Amino acid sequence: MPMTTTFMRPFTGFIVKTLVITEFELRKLRHDFTELITRAFQPALWLLIFGQVFARSGAMHTGSTPYLDFIAPGILAQSVLFVAIFYGINIIWERDLGIVQRLLASPTPRAALVLGKGLSAGVRTLSQAAIVYGLSLLLGVRLDGRPLAVLNVLVIVILTATLFATFSLVIACIVKTRERFMGVGQVLTMPLFFASNAIYPTAIMPGWLKTISHLNPLTYVVDALRTCMLAGSTSTFGLGHDYAVLLITTTILVLIGARLYPHLAS
Amino acid sequence: MLGSNGAGKTTTIKMLTTLLPPSSGEARVAGFSITTQPVDVRRAIGYVPQAISVDGSLTGYENLLFFAKLYDLPAHERQARIRAALEFMGLTAYGGRLVGEYSGGMVRRLEIAQSTLHRPRVLFLDEPTVGLDPIARDAVWKHLIDLRANYGTTLFFTTHYLEEAESHCDRLAIMHLGKIAALGTSEELKATLGGESSTLSEVFTHYAGGAADSGGTFRDVSVDRATAKRLG
Repeated sequence: MPMTTTFMRPFTGFIVKTLVITEFELRKLRHDFTELITRAFQPALWLLIFGQVFARSGAMHTGSTPYLDFIAPGILAQSVLFVAIFYGINIIWERDLGIVQRLLASPTPRAALVLGKGLSAGVRTLSQAAIVYGLSLLLGVRLDGRPLAVLNVLVIVILTATLFATFSLVIACIVKTRERFMGVGQVLTMPLFFASNAIYPTAIMPGWLKTISHLNPLTYVVDALRTCMLAGSTSTFGLGHDYAVLLITTTILVLIGARLYPHLAS
Repeated sequence: MLGSNGAGKTTTIKMLTTLLPPSSGEARVAGFSITTQPVDVRRAIGYVPQAISVDGSLTGYENLLFFAKLYDLPAHERQARIRAALEFMGLTAYGGRLVGEYSGGMVRRLEIAQSTLHRPRVLFLDEPTVGLDPIARDAVWKHLIDLRANYGTTLFFTTHYLEEAESHCDRLAIMHLGKIAALGTSEELKATLGGESSTLSEVFTHYAGGAADSGGTFRDVSVDRATAKRLG
């Protein structure tokens, strides 16, 4: 038995430290939750204005699914992406103070520092799910209200935000300054959003864009969300496949982040 | 450790705290190698960087609890240690306040409390009194001296204030252009200039070189000034 505990200790240590980092990121939210409110505006605009206008125009061919039903999960994915992709700015801020240096001088595993931050972004973005569900109810989107389906949506939202927040952290570790980070962030968000199935089906895309969209994790996020959020919807790639893409991508990004994170100390 | 801006003091501290890999050579901190046993080094030390390293969006208590958990303090001891640390640093009344509302001296004392919760054997401080007024500086030093007396913690610090170095250091090092130019007690260093009458200021000018190459890089200076502004 001592053998197993010794073997397990690094792993349990990693999990415990990840949760500690996440816990304290979330405690900050308790002291100041204004961002939760301001973040509600963007998905509301997209659903109420863009969604309604395009639904009326009938320009998008989304088969038997009404257009508003089609984009509701897409807008949820998009709003999670937009929140998470700028998460790395916090790390740059914490580097300009001395917080990152202090954490790196502690015995905390690097991967836990990275995943803990990512996961806290995941939990923070749950509010976006609440907003999109609320708006969807108002707009008459046919939601799947079964507990398991809702639970799946919440898990996918957490996973998505963790993935893109970790990606953002990796970028922050490379560019290191706020100005450069904002530039790169702006450059990345729109292509990730447009080269996905969030607001139109991949079927109407030109061939090259379709290929790119299949390399874009957001496409699998939207597919998974559409499957779980909407009543009677089926997955294009298979829910298991979507989950696998998200989990594997997140793992790779956490490992890259753990390698790059110490560079922030210099 | 003394030296002009850009002499390499912060870089040295970063290497000793395992934040930067040395380009060559080796050092031991509390008996552990910084190159082959970095995790053991990290467990044995505390580090207070020059810039502010507590989180302004958490309370003082939360900042301490965060580090108590990161350093694996046993759950049943945490509360007692945190209470003792707040008390020791004269912050008991402010534990529940957001650190964003603290004064500069309080921030520094909280940082010291935070980095000594796990009773490190060596505490590294990078310009601990930069940007503080004389009263806050004295308060910080009073607590550091108590810490050394009560827990036997070795203090390793950099400073620009020669009188701080003279009154608190058992040994002084003067750095110049990335190298230790002189090392010893303040009496020994004065003796190298030949005579009782030398002051530490003369010793410093002798070893730390002329003013032309002093001042540090743009980033060093901007960090310095930002820190001074936030604390002051």
